[in-house]
Amino acid sequence: MSRFELPVVPFPQAAKVALADSQLRRNLNKATSTIRAKRKAVTEELPYWEELREAGRRIKQETMRNLDRYLLQLEEQVTAAGGTVHWAQNADEANELVTKLVRDAGATRAMKVKSLTTDEICLNDALQAAGVEAIETDLAELIIQLAGETSSHILVPAIHKNRAEIRELFIRTLGEPDLTDDPSDLTDAARRYLRKTFMDTTVGISGANFAVAETGTICVVESEGNGRMCLTLPKTLITVMGIEKVVPRWQHMEVFLQLLPRSSTGERMNPYTSFWTGVHNGDGPREFHLVLLDNGRTKVLEDEVGRDALHCIRCSACLNVCPVYERTGGHAYGSVYPGPIGAVLTPQLRELAAYDSLPYASTLCGACYDACPVKIDIPRLLVHLRGKVVVGRQRKGLRFDGEALAMRLAARAFASPKRYELAQALARVGQLPFVHDGVIEALPAYLRSWTVSRNLEAVPKQSFRQWWRSKK
Amino acid sequence: MSSREAILGRIRAAISREEAATEATEAAEACSGAGEHSSLGERSYLAAEVLPHERHDRLVEMLRDCRAQVGRVSESGLAAAVHRACQARGIERVLLPPGFPENWLPTGLSLVIDDGSTASLTPADGVISTCSLAIAQTGTIVLDGGIGQGRRALTLIPDYHLCIVEAARVVNSVPDAIEKLESAVAAGSPLTFISGPSATSDIELVRVEGVHGPRHLEVLIVE
Amino acid sequence: MQVSLFVPCYVDTLFPETAIAMTRLLERLGLEVAFPQAQTCCGQMHFNTGYQREALDLARRFVDVFAGSETIVVPSASCCGMVREFYPYLAHQHDDVALATAVEEVAVRTFELSEFLVQQLDIEDVGAYYPHRVTYHPTCHSLRGISVGDAPLKLLRAVRGLELVPLGDAESCCGFGGTFAVKNTDTSTAMLTDKVANVVATRAEVCVAVDNSCLMQIGGGLSRGRTSIRTVHLAQILASTAEAAFGTTHVSV
Repeated sequence: MSRFELPVVPFPQAAKVALADSQLRRNLNKATSTIRAKRKAVTEELPYWEELREAGRRIKQETMRNLDRYLLQLEEQVTAAGGTVHWAQNADEANELVTKLVRDAGATRAMKVKSLTTDEICLNDALQAAGVEAIETDLAELIIQLAGETSSHILVPAIHKNRAEIRELFIRTLGEPDLTDDPSDLTDAARRYLRKTFMDTTVGISGANFAVAETGTICVVESEGNGRMCLTLPKTLITVMGIEKVVPRWQHMEVFLQLLPRSSTGERMNPYTSFWTGVHNGDGPREFHLVLLDNGRTKVLEDEVGRDALHCIRCSACLNVCPVYERTGGHAYGSVYPGPIGAVLTPQLRELAAYDSLPYASTLCGACYDACPVKIDIPRLLVHLRGKVVVGRQRKGLRFDGEALAMRLAARAFASPKRYELAQALARVGQLPFVHDGVIEALPAYLRSWTVSRNLEAVPKQSFRQWWRSKK
Repeated sequence: MSSREAILGRIRAAISREEAATEATEAAEACSGAGEHSSLGERSYLAAEVLPHERHDRLVEMLRDCRAQVGRVSESGLAAAVHRACQARGIERVLLPPGFPENWLPTGLSLVIDDGSTASLTPADGVISTCSLAIAQTGTIVLDGGIGQGRRALTLIPDYHLCIVEAARVVNSVPDAIEKLESAVAAGSPLTFISGPSATSDIELVRVEGVHGPRHLEVLIVE
Repeated sequence: MQVSLFVPCYVDTLFPETAIAMTRLLERLGLEVAFPQAQTCCGQMHFNTGYQREALDLARRFVDVFAGSETIVVPSASCCGMVREFYPYLAHQHDDVALATAVEEVAVRTFELSEFLVQQLDIEDVGAYYPHRVTYHPTCHSLRGISVGDAPLKLLRAVRGLELVPLGDAESCCGFGGTFAVKNTDTSTAMLTDKVANVVATRAEVCVAVDNSCLMQIGGGLSRGRTSIRTVHLAQILASTAEAAFGTTHVSV
């Protein structure tokens, strides 16, 4: 964990705050329902969409099973093409590496293409602490950087901000006094502001969507063109990439270039996709550095069930179909990776105990599994992690754990029909103070969480098995 | 132990690999072996074959969907079409990649021949290029830096990009394109896939066309 | 044909009328109905909350209790899913080969009610009469878990007198999610609010589903909101005839 990370607020608490933000709720609903509809259209038009998903899943599975070999092949190919490959075990190592590379290039400034991986390691903070200015060039990232905030959605990070807020922000920070709040106008202002940055900055920093081991080719998928700027104009390019992004063969891109755009923005193809291999004479950077990042990924790999979370291609389809995410937004997950995938990836990349509320931030409705382009069985992973949370608490456990006690008692009751019926009888009696006209509207203690917003019907006088015995 | 060794060691322990192949050549051999029983299997997701003229129709439709302007011309009418396109946009100075066929150009256009410097990028109103191929299914133009395409910055900086697509370069699907591009990739050429002008929906999900990169993309298909 | 009833613990305790209706329905269709009384709970609550060891014990128990049952029918897609999908997973995770074999064997004999009627018995018209305006909520487990498809709708469409009204945004989760409803009360409530709004918008008298767990959540919200809209289980509608009504006395506050 990078020293710049903030302490984690348990999901239920963070969610409660987010749920009360009407602007966030409205923006999220609009964003997710719009992208959902677009995604549905472009995936349903392909009769072989399910076959593509299965191919994506198999490629990722094969990759993880031979991750060392593919990384070595990638390293060899990139090096042969004139690039330099570095390996970073954790965030601090990666940040030190990148900072040194920027300094070695004689620069005090670097321009960035949006990269979740660099957000994960808090690269911007580390660079700033070392006196290097990191300029975000992706529009939403620029907005939240200028506002001093963090992203709330993988794909549309500034979705929590409305146009009036952005106008006010740009007037304040970009020195453009006559801006309207029309998105076109605001975008133009950003274009003008960044143009000079693109032309003058000598170091670019990016992430990578995919890295082909067979050829040493890196792939960046984008919409705005700032990626193309940062990847081709500066003298030095540094790419920070999670080790799980490697893909075995060039041919495999035929699968991912179909899965990713259709799943993320709901387009047949996104505006710009760039591929490059090492350095190429007369075209683009003269120096290329690839930083391979572990930062907990090898820990995830150790879990034979949990490692499927590494298959993620960061499309955000799961976010857009999740009924929980749609209402709470990304900040409530307390991590760079929010939503369903975040709930299974973050606790594994980090300390499970620190993020033990995330695996429970789901009703297990399964919409994410249906939407995932590489068929990650997120509900299964969530339950698997819940199992690990429980075992972890039991191992530590001296503190009174009410839930564990209740579960143990329930298990004992279920172990014998006699005890079970006794428990049923107790419920019938125990409810009496709380029943009025056949309905319970308020319950005490732990169970209050139910009646805070819902009624509960009274436990009927006769259970099914009692009825069965009386009739037969 | 270096970070490299530490990471590789943890990966191997996690996937329970007994032997420790640290040599890249061994790994590469293992990879090509693994590649033979390719995870792709029978590639049951391939699209149905599409006839050339249907392919061109589809390309036009998809390009328009991507908000690119499209025209179809014969080779003899190409120079005139280029002239019309530039006039319509008020383009007077055009950036030209090395090797762009001169007989495709009208007279009267002021040409800036790229010399590889940053300075040559800025004065032009637009850039004209050929392409490596075009994908009908998605309305995508692919550049691989080949003849008439130039270095990547050329088709990025000017505000208008006119791309000439020869009929024979139109492929049906993404898998077709990936296959055709394999040799360029193996040779280390950078690729750019372009599907319309740049766009963003970052502000309230309102789509705005043209952020960085050319705000206007026009395609002429030479049939 | 003999069928054994698998009555989920919360149905046995809180919604016995669902299982009573299912019994009457199956008898009316000419089936011999048995109820292995040693059954208690399938273990889903424990499993979903992370208490795998306890769930494993309950899985073993289930397999024993139903060893002699030819066909097992359960009025719950989530409990059916527990047996069919997660018992094999539990067994393999704990390297219990004997259990893995046993659960695979019991899984093929276990059916949710609507899929049993439509797919196994090939019946859509069960001779029911239920003269009410009804909207159907597809539960996540029936939709995406065991994929009953449109079996419930086929059955509902064949019910005489029933006016079926489509539910807006039907496939959205109601927010129950087992212990999620109490561990994440606020989010659960936010989801429930939208579901209730969609139900109310249909102007239906009754909301039906194949899982009493979801109905408990939705019904709890409908009741708290004094909407008068009742929740009934599919079994209650299908068991209702002109002579004997099930699920009309199930009055909301």
